[in-house]
Amino acid sequence: MSSNDDRDDLRRVVRTLLERRSTEADVRRLIEDATGYDRDLWAVMADQLGLQGMAVPEAHGGSGFGYEELCVVFEEMGRALLPSPFFATVALATNVLQHSGDEDACKRWLPAIAGGELIATLALGEEDGGWDDTAVRMRAEPDGAGWTLTGAKRFVPAAHVADLLLVAAHTADGLSLFAVEPRDPGCTVEVELTLDLTRPLSRVVLDRVPALLVGSSGQAWDGLRRALRLAAVALAAEQVGGAQRVLEMTVEYAKVRHQFGRPIGSFQAVKHKLADVLVALESARSAAQDAARAAAQGDPEFELAASVAKAVCSDTFTRAAATAIQLHGGIGFTWEHPAQLYYKRARSSEFLLGTPGHHRDLVGRAIGV
Amino acid sequence: MSDVDVVRAAIEQLLRDHPPATTARREFLAAQFEAGLAWVHFPVGLGGLDVAPQLQREVVRRLAEAGAPDGPATNRLGYAMGAPTVVAWGDRAQQERYLRPLFVGDERWCQLFSEPGAGSDLAGLTTRAVRDGDDWIVNGQKVWSSMATISDVGMLIVRTDPELPKHQGLTYFLLDMRAPGVDIRPLRQMTGEAEFNEVYLTDVRVPDTARIGAVSAGWKVAMTTLMEERVVFNRERDEAGPVELALDLYRRRERDPELRTRMIGMWIRGRVQRLNTVRAAATRTAGVPGPEGSIGKLVHAELNQDALELCLDLLGDESLLYDSYEPAAYTEKSLAGQGDADLRRRFLRSRAQSIEGGTSEIMRTILADRVLGLPPEPRVDKDLPFSRIPRG
Repeated sequence: MSSNDDRDDLRRVVRTLLERRSTEADVRRLIEDATGYDRDLWAVMADQLGLQGMAVPEAHGGSGFGYEELCVVFEEMGRALLPSPFFATVALATNVLQHSGDEDACKRWLPAIAGGELIATLALGEEDGGWDDTAVRMRAEPDGAGWTLTGAKRFVPAAHVADLLLVAAHTADGLSLFAVEPRDPGCTVEVELTLDLTRPLSRVVLDRVPALLVGSSGQAWDGLRRALRLAAVALAAEQVGGAQRVLEMTVEYAKVRHQFGRPIGSFQAVKHKLADVLVALESARSAAQDAARAAAQGDPEFELAASVAKAVCSDTFTRAAATAIQLHGGIGFTWEHPAQLYYKRARSSEFLLGTPGHHRDLVGRAIGV
Repeated sequence: MSDVDVVRAAIEQLLRDHPPATTARREFLAAQFEAGLAWVHFPVGLGGLDVAPQLQREVVRRLAEAGAPDGPATNRLGYAMGAPTVVAWGDRAQQERYLRPLFVGDERWCQLFSEPGAGSDLAGLTTRAVRDGDDWIVNGQKVWSSMATISDVGMLIVRTDPELPKHQGLTYFLLDMRAPGVDIRPLRQMTGEAEFNEVYLTDVRVPDTARIGAVSAGWKVAMTTLMEERVVFNRERDEAGPVELALDLYRRRERDPELRTRMIGMWIRGRVQRLNTVRAAATRTAGVPGPEGSIGKLVHAELNQDALELCLDLLGDESLLYDSYEPAAYTEKSLAGQGDADLRRRFLRSRAQSIEGGTSEIMRTILADRVLGLPPEPRVDKDLPFSRIPRG
């Protein structure tokens, strides 16, 4: 069987599960819930499908699937608008650990992540936000053989349910990575009210919290950067899934909604808007798949491909979701209609891991422009 | 042996028996046709090997590497649009009559579809053919026929029954461009050149044996040609490279932030379009292209226009000038390659890209109707006899 067939099978399995377990009603129930995710579904994903361990090497208790397969899963999660700490744990923390150069840390936490027993996340930006090394000002204080951290991190996904925080901070040697126990008394997690209610973000305040150095002091940025780009590729896949779903939803509506005695989808003004979304979506899919391929193959152009994908897929998802609201007319503006959920997810996902403008700037630097 | 091995073996055999360095162009192309490497997805004996169309890329790659002549280069319309139409709709005698001369370069093809009164609404065409014994007598006017002055065969669609609804009364012929009554007049365009022609048809006699498909079945036959046309327009992107031209210009001097933003955006669009092409080729398994071909056509046109707009802005005040408006007819020489890469001429030429081969508006409607499955726009003319449709 070709890997394409394998991916199609995987897609079917994940879609079937999420169509059953992450319906719009489920999503709406979970955004009102304090944890914001379905623990039973989380366990099913780990125990029956092994999704949390897909990109974890077999040596660390995972199944060692490729990144392209993992991106199929993210695409389906984006389609279903699944509220889950999966993105924080798998796209962020798992990639950060795997590229930290710290074998002990991998041994310690990756098997628990793969088993669905550990939720983890990355705390990077501070008061001013940002998704690169310039976003980090926090300084780690030496404390005997170890370290403590003091200060605030913002826009941390899934921090309110995390068992492990990976925190970026400076030492005298430069940017470094630390592991923090969020249940430490010095650690306060304040869930903020987010534009996108399906992806809770927190402000994490640290007050002399004991921290374990992960990797070498001052050597964190290369691994972090790579992990952030890998996470951006997962996010791009999520965006493609979301864009595909809102396009389908809008096409279905345009076929049945009648005005002036005709389905609105028979008007060229409507047809052409949807055709443009289709065209943009096909380009986004090409960019996302290419970035996933580059990630899986260790292509030297991987970071460039990741930035292209994040920029293109961000723009496309927002456009698709905005078009959905417009073409649904008044109903698309209501709280009851799912278009707003996708639109908020789309607009928020643009900012996460760097805006399209930021990634275009990175592309420009890479090509000497 | 797998199909790819069959193709590879045939290529190596061809190159062994007819080394490109010492074989005349026509002789090599004839051998390539006999070897089934002209269109690998065509039937055996008609220039093909009955295998998947993607394998043609293997042929193109390997033959280019070996320095073999590029047959299709001087007869793109015949190669990419005419031949698939003849294979899909012609009878065996017609396939044997037309395919080989087309491929070896004995007969160049052009297209006689559009008319002054039938552009986007092609089925509204009024050129008439009337039966006369074993022949048909054709009268009317065609337009936008590129290469008509140097072509031997014209893909012609005409109305044979005006009392049927517009799509049903059409018939498809292959016209001998040298037949009496065929009058070809170059049409000068905004670049100064005359790339296209008007073709006046006055009492032109066409034998019934040159009819492709049944009488009154011409619309379906023409659709095959047009679907392939979108793929042709698509494919030409490989040669274009206006994004690279813009990048060269950009690097020549210090730029403002607005131009930088546009340059990066353009570069990303170019890259993604290449990725689209690769993905579309990989998923095109059936021989006949589907409506998705319209995506590439649409994106390619807009990408080229925007990239050439950027080039002009990067050229700055030099864009106030132009090289030559001398009318230059389309020649053998300009067919073989790009000609000069004058940006200002290409910039002007690019305005046609969102019109020729189906306007971008028509492409969007096709995507909406056939890919997204949206309901068609109600049409007042569809079921009326053609003779009763208002025109003008």
